[in-house]
Amino acid sequence: MTQRRSYAVGTGLFIVLGFAALAYLATQTTSLVNMSQGDSYTLKARFTNIGQLKDRAPVKLAGVRIGSVQSIQLEPAKLDALVTLSIDKRFNQIPEDSSASVLTSGLLGDQYIGIQPGGSPDSFKNGDEVILTQSAVQLEDLIGKFLVNGSPSDKDKDKTKQ
Amino acid sequence: MTAQAKRRNLLLDGLAQIGDAGLFLPTLLAAVPRSLRYFRETVRQLWFVGAMSLIIIMTCGLFVGMVLALQLYHVLEIFGGTASTGTVVALSVYRELGPVVTALLFAGRAGTSITAEIGLMRATDQLSAMEMMAVDPVAYVATPRFIAGIIAMPLLCCVFSAMAIFGGHLVGVTWLGIDNGTFWSNMTSNVDVWKDVIDGVIWKGLAFGTVVTLISVHQGYTTPPTSEGVAYATTRTVVASSIAILAIDFVLTAFMM
Repeated sequence: MTQRRSYAVGTGLFIVLGFAALAYLATQTTSLVNMSQGDSYTLKARFTNIGQLKDRAPVKLAGVRIGSVQSIQLEPAKLDALVTLSIDKRFNQIPEDSSASVLTSGLLGDQYIGIQPGGSPDSFKNGDEVILTQSAVQLEDLIGKFLVNGSPSDKDKDKTKQ
Repeated sequence: MTAQAKRRNLLLDGLAQIGDAGLFLPTLLAAVPRSLRYFRETVRQLWFVGAMSLIIIMTCGLFVGMVLALQLYHVLEIFGGTASTGTVVALSVYRELGPVVTALLFAGRAGTSITAEIGLMRATDQLSAMEMMAVDPVAYVATPRFIAGIIAMPLLCCVFSAMAIFGGHLVGVTWLGIDNGTFWSNMTSNVDVWKDVIDGVIWKGLAFGTVVTLISVHQGYTTPPTSEGVAYATTRTVVASSIAILAIDFVLTAFMM
């Protein structure tokens, strides 16, 4: 009997340890904290170009995460991208003349939506559309422009040489 | 017998083994309700294949994490990206190394002993004796080991992965001097619970546990009743399990991508 009980105790310890390890992996080493969203409301925004923006990309205001990108669709009539943003209910006082832009974290990092607050006393309601938007800056376009035109300062230097 | 005929025989033998194991699976599953009567036996097997494997799994996990961090740090240093050492250690352990190395160790540690034990029961006619006493040997011997293996593998994978992260942290942060906060924040922002932890550690662990224990129980149950037969069956368990683990890993990864 005592031997049987020691089996049971050892097995119980093993199972508890296994689940503790799983809980550790799931909570301490992953983005579970960022994903757990409470109540939220949605906003819409149209962009002519979203660059590399993906579903579930963060939405940030002043650099703080306030929500995520829920879906990205092409609007067939207007031929622009309709991005649905899911914003945490706690942040329900964003002025309704705020603007949204597709930004890049770091030089080559992931893209996210940045909200620049406006000054209106009224705030966004569920389902509102962000009118003022700014599309993603394409790094390739910038490099292309630079290569074709050169920078103004270079031209000045050439002139002085002549 | 010509060499060609021998080779064809080898191929047919291999196919027959796979088919036989596949046919053995419904027999095992059908015996699950009957084996609930022997719940104590399942717990004892879980203790044997799971709890007793903990030490080897934890030690190996620690060293896998340590060597990963050491190698990655020196490669990432070339690009100035040592901050993402933690991310790469976590992703490679969760998605591939954790389940695969755990399953290979599990096949060597638990699979062989299951095969040898059941094989020796077969060789010494204990299984026939059980049948004579109206005790179903599938429900009493085979199924409890099968269930125990399926439960134990995902849990062992979790323990292995946790130890690997700990080992990576030990080398990366304590030894090589990556900033502690950078290490964790990079990891948490790039690792996804469902795509990496659940898909990788849990589902792969379950699949490998099922395959390894099915192979070892089947090999033991169909052992030729000689001492040579037990030896061959044990060897075949390790060989077949290793091939099955690596092949299934590729298929699962391709599906999950």
